[in-house]
Amino acid sequence: MATDNTLIEVNNLNVGFRFGDEYYNAVEDVSISLAKNEILAIVGESGCGKSTLATAIIGLHDPHNTRIEGEILYNGLDLTKLNEKLYNRLRGNDISMIFQDPLGSLNPVMTIYKQIEESLIYHTKLNDKERYDRVLELLNQVGIPKPERVMKQYPHELSGGMRQRVVIAIALANKPPVIIADEPTTALDVTIQAQILDLMKDIQEETESGIILITHDLGVVAETADRVAVMYAGQIVEEAPVDVLFTDPKHPYTRSLLNSIPNELHEDGEELHVIQGTVPSLQNLPRKGDRFRDRIPWIPDEAFDEDPILHEIAPGHKVRGNSWKYFHFEGEEME
Amino acid sequence: MWKTVVRRLIIMIPQIILLSMLVFTVAHFMPGDPFTGIIDPNVDAARLEELRRAAGYYDPLHVQYFRWVGNALQGDFGRSFAQKVPVTTLIGARAMNSIRLGIVSTVFTYAIALPFGMLSGRYNNSWFDRFVMIYNYVSYAIPTFVLALLFIYIFGYQLQWFPTRGSASPVIPKGTAPYYWDMFYRLLLPGFTAGILGTATTTQTLRNEVIDAKTQDYVRTARSKGVPENVIYNKHIFRNAFLPIASSIGFIFSGLLNGSVFIERIFAFNGMGDLFITSITSRDYSVVITLVLFYGVISIIGSLVSDIVLSLVDPRIRIE
Repeated sequence: MATDNTLIEVNNLNVGFRFGDEYYNAVEDVSISLAKNEILAIVGESGCGKSTLATAIIGLHDPHNTRIEGEILYNGLDLTKLNEKLYNRLRGNDISMIFQDPLGSLNPVMTIYKQIEESLIYHTKLNDKERYDRVLELLNQVGIPKPERVMKQYPHELSGGMRQRVVIAIALANKPPVIIADEPTTALDVTIQAQILDLMKDIQEETESGIILITHDLGVVAETADRVAVMYAGQIVEEAPVDVLFTDPKHPYTRSLLNSIPNELHEDGEELHVIQGTVPSLQNLPRKGDRFRDRIPWIPDEAFDEDPILHEIAPGHKVRGNSWKYFHFEGEEME
Repeated sequence: MWKTVVRRLIIMIPQIILLSMLVFTVAHFMPGDPFTGIIDPNVDAARLEELRRAAGYYDPLHVQYFRWVGNALQGDFGRSFAQKVPVTTLIGARAMNSIRLGIVSTVFTYAIALPFGMLSGRYNNSWFDRFVMIYNYVSYAIPTFVLALLFIYIFGYQLQWFPTRGSASPVIPKGTAPYYWDMFYRLLLPGFTAGILGTATTTQTLRNEVIDAKTQDYVRTARSKGVPENVIYNKHIFRNAFLPIASSIGFIFSGLLNGSVFIERIFAFNGMGDLFITSITSRDYSVVITLVLFYGVISIIGSLVSDIVLSLVDPRIRIE
């Protein structure tokens, strides 16, 4: 997959959290890449490991309780080997992150100006005047009205949508090639969600940066992403260009997810599909065999691989294991 | 900002009026009359009665109250029964001594509590954190007089670093530079003792606030900007963890001032606390009442200072 345009290449990444003396992988054997000028969406239920993956890429896991194995290559540089000091040079400059809760992710006792300016202080040699101009430019870029006034304000004085624009401005400050957006619209009203997504798309077109968009909202994926990776229980189960994923999903989990959102194919009054059970907790996760097996008990045992691996079934379309060949919804016949 | 201060100052007025009524009521129930202790006990009872009437002893309560308030506003708090001088003369110089001691103690309290709280919160569960925890238990539990006597023994008697008693030297001429230096020097040991006794609450609060703050999302945002770890602690975390500390800064000061009653006694420090105890034991009511009023006002000013400091550091509670 690695081409000249590749920004981030994750190879066989495991991220384990410590409980007592044992490490349990929340992300297991994940390989994925992000190219320039691309929006890669990572979707999955809560607890599937998508935020853990994102946090690992920007290096914000607490090293005392986390074990990271595998490679995260950024322009050929393995980030997992970096010390804090070097990582800090990258963070905010090469890779930046947009968080879910715009109120919590801004410091309540610092002005908006100070919080955006901080990014510039540690990565540029701009003087006071130049930093002021840059902050003003950023606030204009993210569509904040009356930026001179907003600069002097504190987060609690802004609306949710405005706060998220500020968070985006912080992430954009140094024009980073890689932006990780962790559920950027989850905490916002639906109308504001659409505005923020449009903003992110505009910015991506302007800056040609690569964006990793973490979300559980398939609507957001359909609207914004170029490519999608579906995660389940710490693993990527399917990866495909966005139109392929929505028109020709293969993995049972992807199909179940898509089947559980309302669309024009559903008749009025028809009940939506519900995926049985829940994602098992980290300590109880089956480490062998197909992890989705327990949630589709009507599929016969022979359908599942001993050790399902992610493999390409068409150019750019990868699926884990072969159970998809035998999958059908409960009560339906095999196609 | 100024609106907050002005509003807060206006709130103080009813507080002080209530306090004065309370103090007046207490004074009213005290035994004795305006002539107790200053008049020859052999004076004829009828003559005494006449004097009392002339002094307004039988006036209605509200008349007496307003007369008292009127006099107090003009700086007249009556005369000390025991020492035969106006109360203001007695309190004046000592109040300054006590306030100086309060300031030095507060400085010591924060000089110890802020680094202890920040570091034990940052490195929680480390050996340093455990040391601070033990320090907190000990400094919180130890009685004032035990620590004071211990310090007098170690620093004053064994090491001979500090004078152990008095607020000013009797031999150095007043008003000279060495005199003021000596005065400051004499503040250090009692100030340090009182300061240590006040650290536990602040240290523990700050530690818990730091532990809480370091998992907050804005800290993660700061990290994602590439802000160095030390700056994250000294700027982002400290400013947020400091908020509850800031709100107690005035109370710490007034608390230290009130609490210095024992310290002043033990260090034979010529302050209000010492005067307070002397006045109580000699039943010098006019002094006691004035001191109660004074301590009350100090507490009210303490909470005023707290509120102003809090509105300075926390933009969310400013009235715009």
